[in-house]
Amino acid sequence: MTDKVLVTKDLETVFSMRDGDAKAVNGVSLSVGRGEVLGLVGESGSGKSVTGFSIIGLVDAPGRIAKGSIKFQGTELVGMSENDLRALRGNRIAMIFQDPMMTLNPVLRIDTQMLEAILAHRKMPRAQALARCRDVLNLVGIAAPEERLKTYPHELSGGMRQRVAIAIAFLNEPDLIIADEPTTALDVTIQAQIIHEAQKLCRLTGTAMIWITHDLAVVAGIADRIAVMYAGRIVEQGTVDEVIDTPAHPYTVGLLGSVPSANKRGVPLRQIPGMTPNILSLPVGCPFRERCSRADEMCQVEPSRHVVREDRDWFCHHPHIAPDTSEATQ
Amino acid sequence: MTSPLMELRDIKKHFTKKADFAGKIAQRFGAATGDETVFAVDGVNLTIAKGEVLGLVGESGCGKSTLGRIVAGIHQATSGDVSYGGLDLSDLTKSEQARVTLEIQMIFQDPFSSLNPRMRVEQIVGEAPLVHGLCTAQEQSDYVDQVLTQVGLDPMLKRRYPHQFSGGQRQRIGIARALAVKPKFLVCDESIAALDVSIQAQVINLFMELRDRLDLTYLFISHDLSVVQHISDRIAIMYLGRIVEVAPTEELFAAPNHPYTQALLSEVPRIDQRNREFGAIKGEIPSPLDPPSGCHFHPRCPFAQPICSEQSPPTREISKDWKSVCHFSQNMGIVA
Ligand SMILES: Nc1ncnc2c1ncn2[C@@H]1O[C@H](COP(=O)(O)OP(=O)(O)OP(=O)(O)O)[C@@H](O)[C@H]1O
Ligand SMILES: Nc1ncnc2c1ncn2[C@@H]1O[C@H](COP(=O)(O)OP(=O)(O)OP(=O)(O)O)[C@@H](O)[C@H]1O
Ligand code: SF4
Ligand SMILES: [Mg+2]
Ligand SMILES: [Mg+2]
Repeated sequence: MTDKVLVTKDLETVFSMRDGDAKAVNGVSLSVGRGEVLGLVGESGSGKSVTGFSIIGLVDAPGRIAKGSIKFQGTELVGMSENDLRALRGNRIAMIFQDPMMTLNPVLRIDTQMLEAILAHRKMPRAQALARCRDVLNLVGIAAPEERLKTYPHELSGGMRQRVAIAIAFLNEPDLIIADEPTTALDVTIQAQIIHEAQKLCRLTGTAMIWITHDLAVVAGIADRIAVMYAGRIVEQGTVDEVIDTPAHPYTVGLLGSVPSANKRGVPLRQIPGMTPNILSLPVGCPFRERCSRADEMCQVEPSRHVVREDRDWFCHHPHIAPDTSEATQ
Repeated sequence: MTSPLMELRDIKKHFTKKADFAGKIAQRFGAATGDETVFAVDGVNLTIAKGEVLGLVGESGCGKSTLGRIVAGIHQATSGDVSYGGLDLSDLTKSEQARVTLEIQMIFQDPFSSLNPRMRVEQIVGEAPLVHGLCTAQEQSDYVDQVLTQVGLDPMLKRRYPHQFSGGQRQRIGIARALAVKPKFLVCDESIAALDVSIQAQVINLFMELRDRLDLTYLFISHDLSVVQHISDRIAIMYLGRIVEVAPTEELFAAPNHPYTQALLSEVPRIDQRNREFGAIKGEIPSPLDPPSGCHFHPRCPFAQPICSEQSPPTREISKDWKSVCHFSQNMGIVA
């Protein structure tokens, strides 16, 4: 498809450490089209952020992209020079980091930082650029933007810092935004406001978005499609309805079962048994095997990709869906 | 209720920023631009009983973290009293001070900047317990392993530095550090916001178990209403520096009294709402730099009458343990 803004194929990102090579991203293939929102969900440590860092070329040593390809509007990003990448970052591709202080400089005022984000990529009179900063701060629900522009990051609340980082990503209306847990610390009204603006941006300018989150309720509201990540891999993909109503992978089923609102108040929440695996010592076969209630001997062999459609698939020997919905197994 | 463990009386915290150079020049020429004051916490009264979980909910920037820091003794209030176990927090002897700082722990909202980047996880978690004699040097390693396991972190990773962990893993390091000193009172500031649901479930279950076992008391700050509903006995709703409603959890969710609480509850995202059209915020968002007169909520309130912008509403008791701060609190709730 030509309207794909981003296509990654078999992406592998590795951290080389004394105790071994940690494959934080282990063969990730995903794509996002123009104006589309892909929700990337998965357990803490499953590799969501590192996937994002890999796409924008910000994996620092001892980490590196060991394999695979990342095509952004047809151009290969793996192996691209740092200079070319820098020209794309913040301009055509933006990332909203899970830690807003990765975007913000603690010793510079907000106005200095926002102006720089605009003027580094385009020529514009200062006054016009400032007006743009104020407008975008308004969009993310910051009251009194005039005064807030003059403050330093530490004078803002946690959620305000998060919103300033979002505003900076929105500034240049990029073609792709990778939003890493952008609204975790935000209350429902402001979350709704930001998602509203994000939806508008996608619709009006065709911005493609990868929305990384652990919050299934939020992702259900904003995403068109969902990819579920576990231990560095995407274990299931589909439309929002498919993944939430008819999840195939036992891990997805476990995730949906632990949502607090699906549990009775005061009663212990349902947990997925066992611990997140250490990526340095994954079990052979299916990585979820040791925590899965459906696991048997078959699962000691790594499950292959079960394809329903190009964008509906899973990796499991015993999915919760009857296998006859399939057309082919690859 | 037994006598409260923590009591806040008319707490205020104001941040004042001196006028910058341009502002000073303007002042000299008679402009009223002056210093800027943020009314972060603006007259809060609250009590928390021993063994209770009090949820604190409110819009971003309304002053939750600031209030949490005052409760944890990290910030000094501009005015008002905080008492803990009958002691006035601003007037402690050295030995009381040492005991109280250990007993009240805060899990910070920002797991990134609250962890020392040059310390390994084993030090971050294990240092204080050793210093305070909760474990011996020989036991330290096992002690750290045990605390890390409780929060779902693999002890094998304890020789790593914070930056080598994912966001949710770092948040759990912060939780482990606080739990390691066996606190009596925990201020949890968005402590589980960055955790995925399954680990969230594990940590919430751990918090509840600790409460049952050790009678731990919590001030639980969160924007996530479903989590707060699950864990809290009572909930306090904060708006622009003030508490507008406090009520037992069930009552609050069944019939929210304050118009702001009503608005908040109607917005909770649910998993069965797909591809929904999200709405923009209606009306101007008020700023703590220049809070609205009277009831702070009046510019956004669908029920506002002239009196709302003229006078601060009184605190009225709706029923036992349930208070609401709205001019029309007697007539509210019935509609809900
Ligand atoms: N700089 C690093 N050095 C070594 N390991 C790392 C580094 N950064 C991340 N990792 C490891 O890579 C794995 C994936 O991390 P990542 O940050 O992508 O997780 P995540 O899915 O974003 O989780 P979370 O929801 O908790 O943020 C984790 O096991 C983490 O410990
Ligand atoms: N050190 C500071 N200097 C100046 N203003 C501050 C400082 N700390 C907080 N504020 C201001 O006080 C107000 C309340 O901030 P606080 O961090 O308590 O909000 P919050 O309710 O925790 O919000 P969030 O949900 O976004 O974390 C904000 O307007 C913030 O800008
Ligand atoms: S006092 Fe008035 S403005 Fe404030 S919440 Fe009640 S009705 Fe609304
Ligand atoms: Mg992450
Ligand atoms: Mg806060």
